[in-house]
Amino acid sequence: MKQLMLEITGNKEISEGFYRMRLESAYLAANSKPGQFVEVKCSSGPDPLLRRPLGIHRVVKGGIELLYKIIGRGTGLIARMKPGDTLDVIGPLGNGFDLSPHRGADILVAGGHGVAPLVALADSLVNSVGRIVDREKRGIHVFIGAKTAKHILCAKDFGKLGCDVHVATEDGSGGSKGLITNSLAAFLNTIHYPLCTTIYACGPTGMLKAVAGIAMEKHIPCQVSLEERMACGVGVCLGCPVKVTRSPGHQVTGFEYKMVCKDGPVFNAEDIAW
Amino acid sequence: MVDISVKIGKLKLKNPVMSASGTFGLEYGELLDINSLGALVLKTITYEPRQGNPAPRIAEVSSGMLNSIGLENKGLEDFVKKKVPKLKGIKIPVIASIAGNNAKEYAALAARLGRIAKIAAIEVNLSCPNVRHGTREGLIAQDAEATQDVISAVRKAASCALIAKLTPNVSDISKIALAAQKAGADALLVANTFPAMAVDIETGKPRLGNITGGLSGPALKPVILKMVWELYNKIEIPIIGCGGIMDYKDAVEFMLCGASAIQVGTATFVNPAAPVEIIKGIGKYMKEKKMAGPGQLIGKIKVGSLWRL
Ligand SMILES: Cc1cc2nc3c(=O)[nH]c(=O)nc-3n(C[C@H](O)[C@H](O)[C@H](O)COP(=O)(O)OP(=O)(O)OC[C@H]3O[C@@H](n4cnc5c(N)ncnc54)[C@H](O)[C@@H]3O)c2cc1C
Ligand SMILES: Cc1cc2nc3c(=O)[nH]c(=O)nc-3n(C[C@H](O)[C@H](O)[C@H](O)COP(=O)(O)O)c2cc1C
Ligand code: FES
Repeated sequence: MKQLMLEITGNKEISEGFYRMRLESAYLAANSKPGQFVEVKCSSGPDPLLRRPLGIHRVVKGGIELLYKIIGRGTGLIARMKPGDTLDVIGPLGNGFDLSPHRGADILVAGGHGVAPLVALADSLVNSVGRIVDREKRGIHVFIGAKTAKHILCAKDFGKLGCDVHVATEDGSGGSKGLITNSLAAFLNTIHYPLCTTIYACGPTGMLKAVAGIAMEKHIPCQVSLEERMACGVGVCLGCPVKVTRSPGHQVTGFEYKMVCKDGPVFNAEDIAW
Repeated sequence: MVDISVKIGKLKLKNPVMSASGTFGLEYGELLDINSLGALVLKTITYEPRQGNPAPRIAEVSSGMLNSIGLENKGLEDFVKKKVPKLKGIKIPVIASIAGNNAKEYAALAARLGRIAKIAAIEVNLSCPNVRHGTREGLIAQDAEATQDVISAVRKAASCALIAKLTPNVSDISKIALAAQKAGADALLVANTFPAMAVDIETGKPRLGNITGGLSGPALKPVILKMVWELYNKIEIPIIGCGGIMDYKDAVEFMLCGASAIQVGTATFVNPAAPVEIIKGIGKYMKEKKMAGPGQLIGKIKVGSLWRL
């Protein structure tokens, strides 16, 4: 991890309220893993004070990309920055997804801006880990859920990587109507997915909990990327706790807190005390 | 180079900048040179492990932040066995911070830590707004008698330098400060966070899991600065200023008001390079002002009776 002053080389609205920013950094390009994040200082003054955590969306030549949604003041301010401006960034932070080799399928589930780190993940699965992309059985299946069709992001990026893309919108304006978790459950019921399949999910807590439930029922290992309010981002302030079940000898004996910024943001779904 | 070393009791610091308890850890070693600090203050520990408060533990407010960590820590034994050995590479004075339910517990913590060579001083946290001390109402540092009891007990238990960490949430901080001084504290740390809260108007819920928390950061600075200035004339032992110090200018303000040293907390989250930049900034300021040593800076605010030529 390093604190870096990076040049912004691109910052465009890609859909209503969603921006993609490119940062020049050979260091981050070389050292980032999918699922890791950076902490961004959104202004040079004391307001807003704290850094904003944003996932590493894609590793590109000589840099990284972020994909973010305007939520409040911090993200609103960085959306106004222009190529040539400098951004104060700390990263890469967190553990990232576990990409241990296996021979099954990969299922990626995204909700809202949770799609951001999953593009880096798909890219790594295809280009570094060398997962077979076969639409029928052993492929990479991506499920993207959003409110309306215009909030479905990155479907094309996943398509280009050869992934099998499923889309659901709450209002039915794109893909199937309803929650993406319904599409996921239906898919797992109909398709004969191979052994050693892994689910990776990032999105709102409600969605992650539902995905974790489906994974548990089907006995599919599942990694979830969580969000929590952060101050330091490096594990010293103990400000970003998540309840994890404590189970010596598989007997759940209560819970303990782990830190999302350092122990996560990626956790095994079965460890979380949902 | 200007000499910016200061003394806190028996403790000699090569510069007046320390980390603030709970806001710093060895993790920062990747982002700054920890050994360039004046001293390293560790997260408060308690006798027994504490799980801490539920999420959210952090809320940002205008020019500040609230935290309600709740002194999460693994307890004294874990600290001695696992944390202390990791301090090997630290060449600057290491200050341990302790909190207990009563004077006896504070003394037990101090007795154990006082025997560890690596621990140069003990900071007695009398003022965390996120925990209750046993069954008593309010904080120890809100009660002069309790403050005196705890500091006396710790003084008897350990011979190293003692720093009493006060709360700004009192009607007259000098009463508490005098009690701590009388009981044998070597320095006063002014101060901890100020109790505060924030509400999410969409959900109608508090923005902290613990409902209330402690305010830190720039919003706190003017309040603490005034307390340091107020205490400087009434107290003999050194004062360490802490509250919203973001850059060297803030640090110099504190020193002009009478702080012999300062601690940096929230600023490190915002800019991990802040403590090191502050050290450099103080040196540069003193050089520009042609000050030979910190003695020409500390307490030299130019006002009324404090005016000394
Ligand atoms: C590990 C991690 C990765 C993330 N990756 C992305 C990403 O790739 N793209 C993206 O659009 N968003 C991402 N987020 C969420 C993003 O951090 C928040 O949307 C952002 O902090 C909002 O800041 P704001 O000032 O615009 O909003 P405000 O609501 O004004 O922020 C107020 C405070 O709340 C905090 N906050 C608000 N929402 C969140 C949240 N969901 N998680 C954590 N803190 C929050 C802010 O950091 C700030 O301290 C991620 C969050 C985490 C924890
Ligand atoms: C996240 C966080 C955790 C803290 N934990 C402790 C602690 O364990 N013990 C303690 O004495 N003070 C603790 N503090 C208070 C700081 O040490 C410091 O007194 C306070 O934040 C004011 O300084 P600042 O404005 O520079 O942050 C904590 C503060 C923050 C923000
Ligand atoms: S944000 Fe400080 S520990 Fe996670």
